[in-house]
Amino acid sequence: MYKILKAEKLADKIYLMDVEAPRVAKRCQPGEFVIVKMDEVGERIPLTICDYDREKGIVTIVFQIVGASTLKMSALQAGDAFQDFVGPLGQPSEFVKEDLEEVKKRKYLFVAGGVGAAPVYPQVKWLHEHGIDADVIVGAKNKDLVILEDMMKEVAGNLYITTDDGSYVRKGMVTDVVKDLVEVQGKKYDVCVAIGPMIMMKFACKLTKELNIPTIVSMNPIMVDGTGMCGACRLSVGGEVKFACVDGPEFDGHLVNFDEAMKRQQMYKTAEGRAMLKAQEGDTHHGGCGHCGGDN
Amino acid sequence: MDVLKKVPVREQDPKVRATNFEEVCLGYNKEEAMEEASRCLKCKNNARCVGGCPVSINIPGFIKEVEEGNFQKAAEIIAESSALPAVCGRVCPQESQCEGKCVRGIKGEPISIGKLERFVADWSRENGFVPAKPETTNGKKVAVIGSGPAGLTCAGDLAKLGYEVTIFEALHEPGGVLIYGIPEFRLPKNTVVRHEVENVKKLGVKIETNVIIGKSVTIDQLLDEEGFEAVFIGSGAGLPKFMGIPGENANGVFSANEYLTRNNLMKAFREDYDTPIMRGKKVAVVGGGNVAMDAARTALRLGAEVHVVYRRSEAELPARVEEVHHAKEEGVIFNLLTNPVEILTDENDWVKGMVVRKMELGEPDASGRRRPVEIPGSDYTIDVDTVIMSLGTSPNPLISSTTEGLETNKRKCIIAEEHNGKTTKEGVYAGGDAVTGAATVILAMEAGKAGAKGIHEYLSQK
Repeated sequence: MYKILKAEKLADKIYLMDVEAPRVAKRCQPGEFVIVKMDEVGERIPLTICDYDREKGIVTIVFQIVGASTLKMSALQAGDAFQDFVGPLGQPSEFVKEDLEEVKKRKYLFVAGGVGAAPVYPQVKWLHEHGIDADVIVGAKNKDLVILEDMMKEVAGNLYITTDDGSYVRKGMVTDVVKDLVEVQGKKYDVCVAIGPMIMMKFACKLTKELNIPTIVSMNPIMVDGTGMCGACRLSVGGEVKFACVDGPEFDGHLVNFDEAMKRQQMYKTAEGRAMLKAQEGDTHHGGCGHCGGDN
Repeated sequence: MDVLKKVPVREQDPKVRATNFEEVCLGYNKEEAMEEASRCLKCKNNARCVGGCPVSINIPGFIKEVEEGNFQKAAEIIAESSALPAVCGRVCPQESQCEGKCVRGIKGEPISIGKLERFVADWSRENGFVPAKPETTNGKKVAVIGSGPAGLTCAGDLAKLGYEVTIFEALHEPGGVLIYGIPEFRLPKNTVVRHEVENVKKLGVKIETNVIIGKSVTIDQLLDEEGFEAVFIGSGAGLPKFMGIPGENANGVFSANEYLTRNNLMKAFREDYDTPIMRGKKVAVVGGGNVAMDAARTALRLGAEVHVVYRRSEAELPARVEEVHHAKEEGVIFNLLTNPVEILTDENDWVKGMVVRKMELGEPDASGRRRPVEIPGSDYTIDVDTVIMSLGTSPNPLISSTTEGLETNKRKCIIAEEHNGKTTKEGVYAGGDAVTGAATVILAMEAGKAGAKGIHEYLSQK
């Protein structure tokens, strides 16, 4: 069992947990992820590593409620435990493996959408600890959904926050900020790392391609084992089939086929929605809404 | 009774079992087992069946005990050679091994060795027979990677020799292919697999789940930092293959690995488990091996009309005859000499059909089987909503790519000596599908035994 030491609600439907997982904490790197399984009947859920403490053996995860399983997970409290917690999975971010002197020559721009701020954080922190200050854009629907602001401020060079509805700092999409920084303020970036909902990454990549900034994205498709065994997470990158779990999750965003990836992400949507309604409504769930078909 | 004929084994009715995940074969009861055992000629010297068994079980010896009703003695004899008798009795290809060599089989039907082994194993479980734990350990630590048939066998043998063995398993449940691959209706998980894993633990073996060697910790770290003196790699062949045809990334196309893992490991067929699975209406399973049969029969039980699409003819089907027979009995349809060329999709990228091409058999190829040759202009479309690719698997490169000095061949299989599992790296041994590519449970067990012997020799001289 993997004990939860802290459980905190960061925003509506977004949760942070510190989990005791010494093996993962000892080896994980920015860019990698974990898979958790709550209990015997639970799904294996791939999750972002937001932070880690190698000495204390703690890994911090952040997740958003997207279906029945994450809804169930959000009820966990400090003192509870995950039955299974495995990792680190995937490949570390490229800069971790590269010659530090080369990395230092580059100007990095991170673009985080929504809960994407969580996987962006350890990358920005790693760069900061190695003497590199990266610019970070954090976008959210509204003020209440901006997460990890204080932590990010500590490690980012410049932090730009934007909200879709203008309820905090400025109004606009993350792409508006990218445009503003590059085209209006004349900033130059050698690498962009964009992490967030697939639709956001798609449009961020469309823009950075026009701006000629190489861009890395972190893909979050459906997975089962996370070790390369099932191929559920396969996606097309530059016309080749890649498995996000072992070849990624980070890929050249200008080569990823987002349309295909987004369609694949919908695969269990109906089943998921039904399970979620059942979890929320308990025994009263009989499909009376006429939309989900109940249990049939 | 007719001594030339096997005592028939009871099975669930095909129509009934096609709708449930209960075990197909019900096995022998005491009387049936003793009667079948009485057909055995008890060959004294160099019994041919023993030569046909990869782990050399004293077959005439245990069968004699069964005939006399000494089931515990029979279990002890099997335990000398095998840690997984309830598994092997169910999934070994006996027809080409022990039973294929049986003298009784020259004139008439061979002894049902597999079913007898299964009976003894099930009897031991039901009657609480526990293998004896070694009294002392020699204090030497050995790491075993993977808890499938190779790893469990190697770990069990080493524990019996007094080693302190820890198995590292990447998934959350030990058993490897026995848990994620082979379905419930052929190999019950709770009763059979979990029990045999528990028996290995009772020998003193520790199992640490959720550890991915090469990611959570490397082999070099196990040797240098965690105090292990030798390592056995039994990590299997887990990577799925796809055909590379158009439409293969569509929604509704799965690897057999994914489909079976969802159903077997994650228990998606059960309402009380959270993992979803696609319950197709019309499913095509591409391939003709045992895994294809498992996937087809699983899809059938989830309510689909199922077609096995295979490019050669029935004679070349790599699956066991028994599996093909069971699949047909249950209603799986075989589209033989047929090969997919494209998967058709609707506007939302869901599978709506598969274009296939007719084949004919040409000259034998390198495998000795007649090569399938396309018939030009023979394309037609079959109407399916789900496609399961079951084209074989290859070893995961995660371990070989993170272990200094561990060499692999061009198929990414770890290079290891057959008789002792020795790899190109000192102190590291390997066996099973990780070395041979996808094969059978019993061959993996044989390799696990060889690896244990190799490690024992190595550490005895160290």
